[in-house]
Amino acid sequence: MLHGTPRNLAILAGAMAGLWFAGAANAAGQKEILIGAQCDRTGPTQITGVIFCPAVQDYVNLVNSQGGVDGYKIRIDELDNGYQVPQAIEEYERQKQEGMVSTLIWGTPQAEALNPRLEADHIPGTSPGFGAAAAANGAKYPYLFPIAATYWSQAGAAIQFIKDKLGGSLKGKKIAYLYYDNPAGLVPMPILRQLQQIEGFQLRTFAVPAPGVEMGAQILDITQRYRADFVVMHVFGRAPAVALKTLKQSGYPMSHVIGFVWASSEADIKAAGGFQMVQGYNTMQFAGVGDNYPVDQQIIAMYKKAGKPPPPEMQSSVYYNRGILDAALHIEAVRNALTLTGGKPPTGEDVKKGFEMIHGFTLGGLLPPLDITPSDHEGGGWVQIFQVKGNGMVPETKWFRGYRDIILKTVNASS
Amino acid sequence: MFYREAGIFKTSYAADMALLPAPGARWSAAAFAVLFVVVVPLTCGEYALTILNLILLAAVGAIGLNILVGYTDQVSIGQGAFMSVGAYTAANLITRLNAPFWIALPAGGLMAALIGTVVGIPSLRIKGLYLAIATLASQLIIQWTINHVPFISGGSEASIQVPPPVVFGIKLQSQVQMYLFLMFFVVLALVAAQNLIRSRIGRAFIAIRDQDIAAEIIGINIFRYKLLAFAISSFYAGVTGVLYTYYLGIANYEQFELDVSISFLAMVIIGGLGSMLGPIFGAAFITLLPIVTRHVLDSVGGLFVARADLANFVPSLRLAIFGALIIFFLVVEPEGLNRLWRNIRTWFRTWPFSY
Repeated sequence: MLHGTPRNLAILAGAMAGLWFAGAANAAGQKEILIGAQCDRTGPTQITGVIFCPAVQDYVNLVNSQGGVDGYKIRIDELDNGYQVPQAIEEYERQKQEGMVSTLIWGTPQAEALNPRLEADHIPGTSPGFGAAAAANGAKYPYLFPIAATYWSQAGAAIQFIKDKLGGSLKGKKIAYLYYDNPAGLVPMPILRQLQQIEGFQLRTFAVPAPGVEMGAQILDITQRYRADFVVMHVFGRAPAVALKTLKQSGYPMSHVIGFVWASSEADIKAAGGFQMVQGYNTMQFAGVGDNYPVDQQIIAMYKKAGKPPPPEMQSSVYYNRGILDAALHIEAVRNALTLTGGKPPTGEDVKKGFEMIHGFTLGGLLPPLDITPSDHEGGGWVQIFQVKGNGMVPETKWFRGYRDIILKTVNASS
Repeated sequence: MFYREAGIFKTSYAADMALLPAPGARWSAAAFAVLFVVVVPLTCGEYALTILNLILLAAVGAIGLNILVGYTDQVSIGQGAFMSVGAYTAANLITRLNAPFWIALPAGGLMAALIGTVVGIPSLRIKGLYLAIATLASQLIIQWTINHVPFISGGSEASIQVPPPVVFGIKLQSQVQMYLFLMFFVVLALVAAQNLIRSRIGRAFIAIRDQDIAAEIIGINIFRYKLLAFAISSFYAGVTGVLYTYYLGIANYEQFELDVSISFLAMVIIGGLGSMLGPIFGAAFITLLPIVTRHVLDSVGGLFVARADLANFVPSLRLAIFGALIIFFLVVEPEGLNRLWRNIRTWFRTWPFSY
């Protein structure tokens, strides 16, 4: 046995080398486009990642199973940065070396740190629902695409929604803004203050310090002393569930609570005690909710064809559909880029232009009517409100946006 | 590296005080200098240099923390916060006053040293775990302050973008340029720390570490030297924060949260407390380990399952392996990687005639 060991090792090494070459030859023989993805299935944002990342993979598999994009297979290289900036930098460089044409970014500090590199390398990146709100300005952030409503647009839409709910006028109404006390939580403030001036409502802000698992005092203040007419919630992680639970316990009507996009998933509602506990809660979404969209059905069909049950992640359709949104926009941008290059492999610059050509691409309503242009990388700032009803969420509004002129003014002023 | 001291006679005080007394040490230092300053930048690709740069950045902070934790035995889990102090000081100076790097770097360090001295005051009355909790509080207070004072944190999202540093009229943008820039400061940090520890101040630190009551009795001013240790360590942290800001092109406090402080502490402990090379080994270990494990898992796992399915288990498995390897190395050599390195060196020094 001892004598045989080196020989066994040699055989093993030979086999590994053979597989390596086989893989390389396979990759070279096939027309392939690489999209880099950073997606966290570990670390502080894993609650989102464990649903979001498989959705990205599922959508790419679906596109490839239908023949890819203009004869090109899409390869998505998913790496987990654990919400750490140094790792995000390393992974970006690794994927750049492998020749990616665009990248899915994960996390606000990561988006900020990668932005200068995106510009230097001419590689477009997406940061749906996070990152700097000012990145909506394509002139200032040419290679960063928020592609979903920024916190500013969410604030505008929330006030618009409240105005419609409270009968068309906000004069003298009391709005409470409950927010996580970190930079992201403070972002919507300038918009809320401006709208307060215009609409004449009262606004009080209630900070929730990290880690956001105790907010009895703030909720008591909102419901008993301030007696808010409407509560706007912009909290993350475990905080949304705690906020919902505490609001419910204090008897506050859930139909007068609206949550920003990271307080709006099935997981948050389940952690708060289930759908029955928070009937009427208004959730803000930048991608559709539920699995009735054609693309979800196609993915289920793809799984069925392989003899597998539908992906369990689809039960959490909020994050699942957001993953589809992110992946689908990248692939659509690649498709547009291929029309620009006439079928030749696109560069990052081409894909950037491809992003800026996205218009009227909705995947049957899962995506808002985005209109991404060289100056507007947010695509319009659309959101849709889904309300908790029965054992699920139903659309309460169509895709809409609020106070677009004021948002755009703020975006332009900040750059 | 592998040389013997036998037959080396020191005939002057200068020779006795030299940083590298043996000719062998001088030769190997020169060889390392050529390797890292000439060979590496010429041969390494951009990706490898990126990783090296991340190690260099971590090394400066770890060397500084080692002065506090390793040589003076004052536990601090506020290193991340001091980095953010340096980062925001520099970012404000750069964007408001157009300060060049040779002002921004020391200014960031000095501001961090100032805050660090204040944070160090509890160390005069409490020790060990109690002190760790006190420094933890400073981490939270500094974060809160940055978040809530727009003058410090700039506009939205508490982020300030900074232009790349300009050295001798050259804008440092590529990874090679950044590598040489960072390498200069790592060498500076290392030499400064080495000389500091050999000086009166360093001996006072070590005396406090070994037995602070005895140190006080023999006339060491505990008050002064404990605060000095905090100041120096925070200065290093501040400089790290500035270098980090230059490297990323942005100051953002979410890059300096509690987990960063803890990973710096881990670097110092794994590298070897109270040693010069330890923090560098630790910085390399903590930075490289997740990268290497993932490369290995990707290529080995890739033989058995499809690349897409790898994503299902590699991230979690990587964390488990990361933890397991830290335990493994600490069990093999509780005194850290530096001790491991010295054991290897001693073994080779007499090889093949070790008796």
